[in-house]
Amino acid sequence: MEKPLLAFTNKGIYCSAAKVYLDPWKPVDNAIITHGHADHSRWGNNRYITHHRNVPIITHRLGEIEVSGREWGETFTINGVQFSLHPAGHIIGSSQVRVEYKGEVWVFTGDYKTENDGISTPFEPLKCHTFITECTFGLPAFKWVPQDEVFSAINEWWAQNRSEGKTSVLFGYSLGKAQRLLKYLDTDIGKIYTHGAIENMTEVLRPLVDFPETSRITPETKKEALLGNIVLAPPSAHGSSWIRKMVPYETASASGWMTFRGARRRRAIDKGFVLSDHCDWQGLIESITATSAEKIICTHGYSDIFSRYLREQGYDARTEETQYEGELAELNSTKEEITSTN
Amino acid sequence: MFCFVSNTYEMKTFAALIKTLDSTNKTTVKVTALADYLKVANDADKVWTIAILSHRRPPRPVNTTLLRAWASELANIPLWLFEESYHIVGDLAETIALVVPSTASSSKKSLTQFLKEMIALKSKTDTEKKAYLFENWNALDYYGRFVFTKLITGSFRIGVSQKLMTRALAKATGLDEDVLAYKLMGNWDPNTISFQKLILEENKSDYLSKPYPFYLAYAIENDVEDLGDVSQWSAEHKWDGIRSQVILRNNELFVWSRGEELVTDKYPEFEKFVGIIPNGTVIDGEILPYPKNQIGTFNDLQKRIGRKTVSKSLLEKVPVILKAYDLLEWEGVDIRNKPFSERRKLLTALYREIHTAKSNLENQIPLHLSETMHFTTWNDLTRERERSREARSEGLMLKRKDSPYLVGRKKGDWWKWKVDPLTIDAVLTYAMRGHGRRSNLFTDYTFALWQENEEGKKELVTFAKAYSGLTDAEFRKVDAWIKKNTLERFGPVRSVKPHHVFEIAFEGIALSKRHKSGVATRFPRILRWRHDKKIEDANAIQDLKELILAETPKAIETKDSSKNIIE
Ligand SMILES: [Zn+2]
Ligand SMILES: [Zn+2]
Repeated sequence: MEKPLLAFTNKGIYCSAAKVYLDPWKPVDNAIITHGHADHSRWGNNRYITHHRNVPIITHRLGEIEVSGREWGETFTINGVQFSLHPAGHIIGSSQVRVEYKGEVWVFTGDYKTENDGISTPFEPLKCHTFITECTFGLPAFKWVPQDEVFSAINEWWAQNRSEGKTSVLFGYSLGKAQRLLKYLDTDIGKIYTHGAIENMTEVLRPLVDFPETSRITPETKKEALLGNIVLAPPSAHGSSWIRKMVPYETASASGWMTFRGARRRRAIDKGFVLSDHCDWQGLIESITATSAEKIICTHGYSDIFSRYLREQGYDARTEETQYEGELAELNSTKEEITSTN
Repeated sequence: MFCFVSNTYEMKTFAALIKTLDSTNKTTVKVTALADYLKVANDADKVWTIAILSHRRPPRPVNTTLLRAWASELANIPLWLFEESYHIVGDLAETIALVVPSTASSSKKSLTQFLKEMIALKSKTDTEKKAYLFENWNALDYYGRFVFTKLITGSFRIGVSQKLMTRALAKATGLDEDVLAYKLMGNWDPNTISFQKLILEENKSDYLSKPYPFYLAYAIENDVEDLGDVSQWSAEHKWDGIRSQVILRNNELFVWSRGEELVTDKYPEFEKFVGIIPNGTVIDGEILPYPKNQIGTFNDLQKRIGRKTVSKSLLEKVPVILKAYDLLEWEGVDIRNKPFSERRKLLTALYREIHTAKSNLENQIPLHLSETMHFTTWNDLTRERERSREARSEGLMLKRKDSPYLVGRKKGDWWKWKVDPLTIDAVLTYAMRGHGRRSNLFTDYTFALWQENEEGKKELVTFAKAYSGLTDAEFRKVDAWIKKNTLERFGPVRSVKPHHVFEIAFEGIALSKRHKSGVATRFPRILRWRHDKKIEDANAIQDLKELILAETPKAIETKDSSKNIIE
């Protein structure tokens, strides 16, 4: 039997024909990286290839690395295997990886979403034979509402808190969600303050996207200055003394998990907004249909359930275990960032 | 904040209220939202709102099997996928509301109209029921659909206690909170009673069967000596049964459980009180199982709790008694404001009179006194507490001698001082996904202990399930480990390599033939992750059985299990 073009090994997704790994979770020689979240772009690889918009992100996160940036759709050949990067719409600089060898085409999505968020290059479905998809929110219970509705609800919440003389504290992970929130906050309501981890990441991204003005919170920032304004903070800051000092305040979280009523309550957050950088159920189904792929490999998320559904729909679908952790990893990564930048 | 965007008579307004109540943790916000609603809603909707928030919903018109089947049909997904989603969401109404296609709300019906329709629906055919559900699921937006389905499936758990509701009602009507709490107790039918009659009118004869709101104690937080002068306190056992009020008025007996359920018929033993205990008496006590003339385990009592009608053989096998704590009404007068010590004096006198009037009646009149203890120092009490399990109690109750009988959970005068839980070191063997935010993580665990099999080889035998007690960070660690060390998958359950040892705490144990381990544990939970222990260091089933012998020398073998006892 012929070797598959991409195989799931203990180091990551491996293309043996090209001797290249996609988003490896253990250090390797050559790594193609889909995007900057910590579970997809790990430290210790000898050479990194990624989209050029992701280069400033991973060099900020990983420090001195050997990295080359590519354009959307630019084909680069390694040992006869053709690779190209295509927009995944997940966060700024996030790509799908297209791999073609002897007429066979595989696509690995990394993380992706179908809604155009206005700051990531919008997702483009690609025709392929085998489609490796994430399914973080691969359950019919997940249905996103258009982001305009979510942002007007967020801005209303902020305005309401301001009218009560309170500070609004909005949680979103420091790479991706924080910038998406920042982009659509209504600066007519008040000023936007940021936690150091978010401010650092946003500074890295300012050359790429036009963001509203922000003020970094420092030990010198007066609590009174925050009243009526909004603070963007990573989720790991929830419950910290850093936040508690801001009383009176209201907290909110923006995440796909906020779909569940219990999620907000369990985290003791005042308000939950359903906003995700991953596909909802419909988004996953539509993307898979658009690829015309017959073989589907489901990774992180509800992969067992989702692949069973796909098999019933006539696909050759299976699950592969990876060490990608979905939104949870992104929560964890902010923790590291906080300790290193605070 | 709660605001009225729509006509106040529409279901939308009620749904908005539920959303506000559900999306805040702050009591003051909840009280204000509920009071605001009660000020503007029509009277019928008010009565239904009070009923629903105090768990008085109409009988379920459609069984959940049909609900699941129809919801998955409308959502155009296979039933198994609906079931998996339900497993992860954790709430049936929420799952249905999420998977059914979304629409803008167009329904103009009031809450009362919906409930009247649901009551009528019960006797309709399945075809009519299905048509009714489809029509309304399609006419309501996400939250309306959730509330509508919740009304059909069960009660709302949205952090509205009886106390919070009476506060809001007091705010809306200007009536006294304690009076309102009393009015809302007991049996009343929201379908027939008016707001006027339920809340506003004063009507003595309605009160014949009414219990008083229970006074509940908080767990003691600090050193017991912080309670001050020991001579100001009374102590008794905290019995592990069903907290109840036994009412004798007008030659009738009423038995209420703490869940405000009238359970008179379940405990026919207490019919003996009629004619012996004088009319105009209300006793607060604990219903306890009393097989073979000694206090049994909660496991015994479970056999009685579940039964609507009690067979003669069960009555003989597991009779019950009332352990009396307190006297709330005497000679037809509410004496809750008298000091505890005085109420106890009256209770003791009543008890003595009953048991001396006819000789040796203890076995026939199932009224026992929850004895107060003799002690002179906090140390004496500490020692008493340590002996609680031998007496089949959960620990001690401390009551200030001069305390009145208050309404609801109040700090200060009464404290419960439970014994420390029993603990054992067990091996993680199976895992299942959690619910809600944890639904991506394996957080529901099964634990095993060692046992020798017939060939004399040691093997791990399941003894308890637990899903609480670790921090989020620990759960994430265990989850990552499970994903990498799965041996086999059985639907949502995975078996894992025996490797990690956890200390498991539980409140009680009893021998049980229903359990593979031969032992049933009560309220098991994870106390800590024992990184320092290897699986060889985990305890054996025998250790668990020895705990039973050591703690409760009179353990009685039981066959039954219950929802509180793990399978
Ligand atoms: Zn990501
Ligand atoms: Zn991912």
